[in-house]
Amino acid sequence: MLGLWHGNAGAGLHKDRGGSSFLAVLVLVAIAVPVLNQVVPASSALHISPFGITLIGKYLCYGMLALAVDLIWGYCGILSLGHAAFFSLGGYAMGMYLMRQIGPRGVYGDPILPDFMVFLNYKSLPWFWYGLNHFAIALTMVVLAPALLAAVFGWFAFRSRVTGVYFSIITQALTYALMLAFFRNDMGFGGNNGFTDFKDILSFDLHSDKTRVVLLVITAAALAVSYMACRAIVDSRAGRVMRAIRDAESRTRFIGYPVESFKLWVFVFSAVIAGIAGALYVPQIGIINPSEFDPINSIEAVIWVAVGGRGTLYGAILGAVLVNYAKTYLTGAFPEVWLYALGALFVFVTLFLPRGIIGLVKAHEQERGKDQ
Amino acid sequence: MKHLPSGGHKPLFMLLLALWVAVPVRAQSSSQSASDSSFLSTLGELREASYSDKAGIVERLSQSGHPSIRAVLVAFLEDRLYFRNDDQKIFIVKSAEGDPLTLIDPLSLKDAGSAPADSLTKIGTNNGLRRTLRTTVAHFALASPDAAVRLAAVQDMLRSLDDATVALLRDRMGVETNSRVKKEIATGLALAALDDSDTNARLNAIATLKSSVSQDVRNKLAVLIEKSPDGSFTEHDETVRRAATNAVETIDRWRTFYSDIETLFFGLSLGSVLVLIAIGLAITFGVMGVINMAHGELMMLGAYTTFAVQSAMPGHIGISILVAIPAAFIVSGLTGVLMERTIIRFLYGRPLETLLATFGVSLVLQQTVRSIFSALNRSVVTPEWMSGSLRLNDALAITYNRLYIVIFTIIVFSLILMVLKRTRIGLDIRAVSQNRAMAKAMGIRTEWVDAATFGLGSGIAGVAGVALSQLTNVGPNLGQSYIIDSFMVVVFGGVGNLWGSLIGGLSMGVVNELLEPFAGAVLAKIFVLVALILFIQIRPRGLFPQAGRAGEDK
Amino acid sequence: MSARDKRLYLEDLTVSFDGFKALNQLSLYVDPGEMLCIIGPNGAGKTTMMDVITGKTRPDSGTAWFGDSIDLLRLSEPQIVAAGIGRKFQKPTVFEQLTVFENLELALAGGRSFLKTLRARITSEQHQRIDEVLEIIGLSDQRQSLGRILAHGQKQWLEIGMLLMQNPELLLVDEPVAGMTPHEIERTAELLTSLAGEHSLVVVEHDMAFVRSIAKRVTVLHEGSVIAEGNMDKVQNDPRVREVYLGE
Repeated sequence: MLGLWHGNAGAGLHKDRGGSSFLAVLVLVAIAVPVLNQVVPASSALHISPFGITLIGKYLCYGMLALAVDLIWGYCGILSLGHAAFFSLGGYAMGMYLMRQIGPRGVYGDPILPDFMVFLNYKSLPWFWYGLNHFAIALTMVVLAPALLAAVFGWFAFRSRVTGVYFSIITQALTYALMLAFFRNDMGFGGNNGFTDFKDILSFDLHSDKTRVVLLVITAAALAVSYMACRAIVDSRAGRVMRAIRDAESRTRFIGYPVESFKLWVFVFSAVIAGIAGALYVPQIGIINPSEFDPINSIEAVIWVAVGGRGTLYGAILGAVLVNYAKTYLTGAFPEVWLYALGALFVFVTLFLPRGIIGLVKAHEQERGKDQ
Repeated sequence: MKHLPSGGHKPLFMLLLALWVAVPVRAQSSSQSASDSSFLSTLGELREASYSDKAGIVERLSQSGHPSIRAVLVAFLEDRLYFRNDDQKIFIVKSAEGDPLTLIDPLSLKDAGSAPADSLTKIGTNNGLRRTLRTTVAHFALASPDAAVRLAAVQDMLRSLDDATVALLRDRMGVETNSRVKKEIATGLALAALDDSDTNARLNAIATLKSSVSQDVRNKLAVLIEKSPDGSFTEHDETVRRAATNAVETIDRWRTFYSDIETLFFGLSLGSVLVLIAIGLAITFGVMGVINMAHGELMMLGAYTTFAVQSAMPGHIGISILVAIPAAFIVSGLTGVLMERTIIRFLYGRPLETLLATFGVSLVLQQTVRSIFSALNRSVVTPEWMSGSLRLNDALAITYNRLYIVIFTIIVFSLILMVLKRTRIGLDIRAVSQNRAMAKAMGIRTEWVDAATFGLGSGIAGVAGVALSQLTNVGPNLGQSYIIDSFMVVVFGGVGNLWGSLIGGLSMGVVNELLEPFAGAVLAKIFVLVALILFIQIRPRGLFPQAGRAGEDK
Repeated sequence: MSARDKRLYLEDLTVSFDGFKALNQLSLYVDPGEMLCIIGPNGAGKTTMMDVITGKTRPDSGTAWFGDSIDLLRLSEPQIVAAGIGRKFQKPTVFEQLTVFENLELALAGGRSFLKTLRARITSEQHQRIDEVLEIIGLSDQRQSLGRILAHGQKQWLEIGMLLMQNPELLLVDEPVAGMTPHEIERTAELLTSLAGEHSLVVVEHDMAFVRSIAKRVTVLHEGSVIAEGNMDKVQNDPRVREVYLGE
């Protein structure tokens, strides 16, 4: 049902047409958006507003999250309902850096402590905030925090052979627990307000169009690199082992592959991609709060993948962009309708579109191929 | 800890008072008319008197020996004593609420018609007067033939001990036969004896009080070991101080013990809700292999059904909840059957897909409820017979709504067990869950059984919603806040095992409540999650693993 | 131990499930290069025995040694494979979403860790080996077909092919000819016979004609224990075996 492109996957020879088109579109976005924003005058109909840039940036970040989910779900058969947790951890790590950059420009003017800490009567910076004023350390944490959580959690879960829906349920509980934890003021992460009012990143003003454009281009590049990395993995022998695990786990074990270790590696890698996506999301959106951990976000990410076509990588990204575009439109135009539409989408896709949009296109192409 | 005698007991209390008053009426009928008129005139003085005068009038009334005096004084205490503006006649009203007010004649205590509220004036009381009234009423109650009335009276008196009441208690002690009342009186006398000049009497009193668990008693004893600001003890006698310290410690130990029991009970009642939710999940997940993410919303539907039923019959709140149980079962059950027929039956054997599709359904249900009932929380009224609390002793009271939920859970659980074990449909369900192909070959209509099973699981979710509506506000997000916990219960207990759900739910509830005081609600939840993850290291298939279809993952 | 230099030693293995003894003090040995056939009625413990050897099931008591130095009971499933034991399952399970070629590639002897497989490339030598095996199992023309579209018999062969790719010292083969046509059975018999000598084989099979055609030594299991051993004629005339099989 899933291995749609396997048909032409010969020995090392992969024609990734969908992927190439996707990368081309990405390059186009990375060139066109800056031009349309910076060069085309604001009066022109083609001009892209700062709001538009933010929106596109958001879609690309969600695309990365979808990519992460597809890698683990589409290829390894592991349905994680906790990827919002990794996304949010990456976002919080970046958010901590951005908060420290505010420095004395906060409302309370404290040179070290962020506003919420002054407000909550913190006397000094909690230890886990040390060093996060350095960009390099923040970036390290963006990768390390989701990776560590995924490694520890995955090690326990996979080791005891928690599979299928059991895994889904406990990952959902994981992100739920983290959401509750981050809602607490004494966690030291700003409670339910989270982090906001960022000023600048690496001394570039976050509110200037130029910075926004650059962030967008970086996001596009990160997405492209993540895509190529994922593609390289799934095209390698490791990727074939992943699909073997997905389709017949114990069989894979009996030809000698350490299934748990494979799952763990892929899970951690997927978590890191999600974390980087979160880190790119925060400076563009300008806020991170505990509701990002909400289990519904993880489940939404899964439906993006399902809509686009799981097990295709670029399909997942396509799904993320399409669904979120629809969300932007509907929540603006008919806010009442959005949840109905999303709910119906879940049902429709599972019942009638199990291979997603890409699967539909492929099936169509195959039909045509047969006719000729 | 202050659970006053609940509303549920008041009518009973009043009835007993009325009976007690009615008995001597016949005996005294000869002198009736004379005392009637003097009683009425004394009563009439209340209309104009100042608060301090009113106390004197009450004193005189209580000595009149008139048979209806108690009823009148109780009414006065409860702000139900009025006079009619046009003829200045005094009446008791049945209830101070509503309009017109139902009148009761103060002499005969019979119905005397009704009158609009604005044609009557209330005879007011203040704190001091109410205290006098309470003591006076208590004096009467001490002579009541009913032990419960006497007990309540003594407890009332303990709150404001003075020489007069102590004397009364001492008299009563000699003739009292009921051991609980006796103990309470002894407590009162001992409290009074604490201020005695004789050290031995005080030590004896402390020894008596040691066996109490009342907060008031503890506080009185604690006064004996307090230090004044200059660091010296307020109590000079060291033996008394030592005995008091010891007594306070003993009382504290017992109070902690009882509060632990209360926590345990709270945990059990919270766990009962989880069990109710998890039973439904266990059926749909365990028997059918369907992960129903809309289960929480089916429960929410049940809670809203309760709200709707109650709105439809505003005059019968007490019965509405009983009507709501089958109604919720039907509403949620039918929704479940509809889900099964239109969506889930196409997804059997693909649990991850059922998870996604039913999640979609949950979103639709949430939004539907928001569209119909608005996004605001609705509160379901707790019927009178479920409010208040069962007071077991001074330190332990169990609220009725939680008690009923525990009992309700036991009933539902036993019913489900019976349905599954003893009925034809239960047999069919088990047959299909164990071997679908074989069941089909034997002529069981598996499609029908699937729909019925899913309907059953969903209906139980609705019933759980009725129970939940008694504990919390009803809102569109009600389902979400419980669903993750109940999935944890199912994973912990073992998928598809009802006993697992029962033990899993109860223990998660108890652990949550035990941890909450130390760690707070959030950390308690996180701890439970971590514990669960560690637990499945040891038992990946839960407490009671199932060897069925859903138990096997490839 | 009664003899030296055996390929496999199973001694006093007992496995019980909920009080039911699937294996009851089972002991048997396999010589290097030998083909041992195991027969027995349903529930005799044949599959459980294979589960123990491959690490899927841990016995309650007893020992299982691979050669003189490898304690199988201490190894995980992948480690057992790495030690040189391959298994073909009763129900053929090939990777349905992978091509025949990829199925064989995954079975290829070589690094099994994630990082190694990430960088693994097929050498021309390995490519040749895959071609050879494709030839042996008669699936050269299907090399690019997905596993799921193979016929039942072809799946059985692909599984045997995957075993060959692993090049194990000991092959455990569970019901290799179930569902095969007589012609396919004949070819399978040839295939397995050609493997013996270089490899040790343990073959579990119900098809008596097939067992007779390949077996030198036959072991009969019943209720978790060995009840007879020897060549085919000998066990077929064994009164206990006749009783178990024919109810005589």
